[in-house]
Amino acid sequence: MFQLLKQIIKTGIKTEAFPQADEALRVTAQRLQSAVLERFAGALTIRHVDAGSCNGCELEINSLNNPYYNLEGLGIKCVASPRHADMLLVTGPVSRHMETALRRTYEATPEPKLVVAIGDCGCTGGIFGESYASRGRVSNVIPVDVAVPGCPPTPLAIMQGILTAIASTKA
Amino acid sequence: MRIEGYNIEFSEMPGAVPVLRAAVDAMQWREACRRSAFDGGRLVALWGSDDTDIGKPPAVHAALAVYSGLMLLTLPVAEERFPDVSDVFPAASRMQRALRDLYGLTAEGAADGRPWLRHAAWAAGEHPLRKDFAGCQPPAAGHAGAADNYPFVQVGGDGVHEIPVGPVHAGTIEPGHFRFSVVGERVLRLDQRLGYKHKGMEKRFEQMDLQQGARLAGRVSGDSTVAYAWAYAMAVESAAGVTPPPRALWLRALLLERERIANHLGDLGFLGNDAGLAFGLSQFSCLKEDVLRLNHALFGHRYLMDAVIPGGVARDFSAEGIAGIRAECDVLARAVAVIKLIYDEHPGLQDRFVTCGRVAPALAAQLGLIGLAGRASGQAWDLRVNHPCVPYGELDVNMVSHRNGDVAARVTLRFEEIFESLRLSRMILDRMPLGEYAAAIPTVPEHASGVGWVEGWRGEVFVALETGRDNQIRRLHPHDPSWQNWPLLEHAVLGNIVPDFPLINKSFNLSYSGHDL
Repeated sequence: MFQLLKQIIKTGIKTEAFPQADEALRVTAQRLQSAVLERFAGALTIRHVDAGSCNGCELEINSLNNPYYNLEGLGIKCVASPRHADMLLVTGPVSRHMETALRRTYEATPEPKLVVAIGDCGCTGGIFGESYASRGRVSNVIPVDVAVPGCPPTPLAIMQGILTAIASTKA
Repeated sequence: MRIEGYNIEFSEMPGAVPVLRAAVDAMQWREACRRSAFDGGRLVALWGSDDTDIGKPPAVHAALAVYSGLMLLTLPVAEERFPDVSDVFPAASRMQRALRDLYGLTAEGAADGRPWLRHAAWAAGEHPLRKDFAGCQPPAAGHAGAADNYPFVQVGGDGVHEIPVGPVHAGTIEPGHFRFSVVGERVLRLDQRLGYKHKGMEKRFEQMDLQQGARLAGRVSGDSTVAYAWAYAMAVESAAGVTPPPRALWLRALLLERERIANHLGDLGFLGNDAGLAFGLSQFSCLKEDVLRLNHALFGHRYLMDAVIPGGVARDFSAEGIAGIRAECDVLARAVAVIKLIYDEHPGLQDRFVTCGRVAPALAAQLGLIGLAGRASGQAWDLRVNHPCVPYGELDVNMVSHRNGDVAARVTLRFEEIFESLRLSRMILDRMPLGEYAAAIPTVPEHASGVGWVEGWRGEVFVALETGRDNQIRRLHPHDPSWQNWPLLEHAVLGNIVPDFPLINKSFNLSYSGHDL
């Protein structure tokens, strides 16, 4: 227990650790927080759906919750059910075998049903494209509000995508 | 060339992997499998190919690991039937089921005749990997995959009920379906259903040339991009008769070890978290992020995608890079040692880890568990040790293995492999030769073949390639170690309680994308 506490104290707050990347992050984070406060009473919930990715995008979505990016610290949280979610983060080209599951997840999500497509595959179908097994881009299957390119997109780019989607609900 | 115990004429294949190959008949196919299993060998991959467009019958191929390296068997298939080998190698069962879905070739006598990768995207009579498959183009919109009635294994008896989980899971993970049959909290049976991520990768490869294929190979399973890109490059180089410059091979090894370190760090964090110690996740995800950022600074990509290309690597790195990695190794070694001590002495954590999700060595051997999970169950296979390619032969890799086969063993193994990979990274930096970092790939003759075989962080990644005209890919089969290990997860969870499943699953951390193709 002593070791554990010592390590926690020694580690300190990592969210402020890297000045260069931090500057960019700080701006994004502040804007995000005010938007979340304003539109979603301080708490935005996200349901992630992997519709056929190579699992690269999942690695970066997981990175969002590391102490450097600390997404949860902004009141943005990943939840286990689409019924609890304000937003879907969808990765991958939509495989035909995931098409029904993705549609059902979308139907289960309450309004405003924001959808952010993550990664080159989510945006355009990417390297996998459309085929006998793949429907390609996410918007071929469900309506998409914001598409974040990148292979995979950086955690910062995903954060910005989330912000853009929140901002779009004002209109 | 003859080998003792096999009544087959073999020929050697050039390249970084020691490969003997032979065309066999149905009798030799089964005999060779049986013989290699008897000698302690195992099935690496089993896949198909279609040559009906050039007037030849379709064929099934098997790669077996034997003492000398790989044994590659090709069996031309008449009347769409070939003998089942799942009684010899249980791991063959799902591969044979996939083969029937994709090629319409049936393993005669196989016990499990259910479809595997095919759900409802194409009809039972259609076979997407056949050269004459008409449905390459996407079907008209609105053709949603209708529900297909997959016959899950039913467990009867008083108080037995089913818990269906997935394909969309509760966490940020890949999709698949798990059907638990339980009494109270205890799992009586798990039946997995995968294939949700099948996105037609093997067909996609056939529309690409050798250069484009490298990019796709790096995206078969994103978390193992270096292992796949290297295995793919190895296959191309073996078909083209090209040997990459030494510096390129040393750099590849450095990248592969960095991939191993990053993934192990991430897994250790999640394993702590799944057992209720969020501290572990915070600590390890910071360490992982540091590795990713250095990757980006030195190699231009956080996960090292597209860093390995056929012929070598995409870019060299500077002297500052060497200093940066050295400093990082020191920091990591210290930090991981401190957290290991905390993990080891945390009673709550150890209570969850020890004896949970156990795969005994005998079962692991029988069913062919490989890679990281295999080594935690006494299956001492590591290509970096068994069949080291350059530079691993010079590095004297220390293989880590355990016999307990529980979550605790898979955790300990990850800790020890991180320390070993740090040691290897330092040695690579010390000894890496100077010189060119890539060689050109010439025009490769049609119907040339090559294989790649690389020990990724999860286990061995295998790639088989056949070239077409003008450096096009005629056939490419990428094989993920998850094929072998998914069935073992069904056994590991038996007798455990449902809430321990996420922990057990995470301790294997298998790939869905690499498996579903």
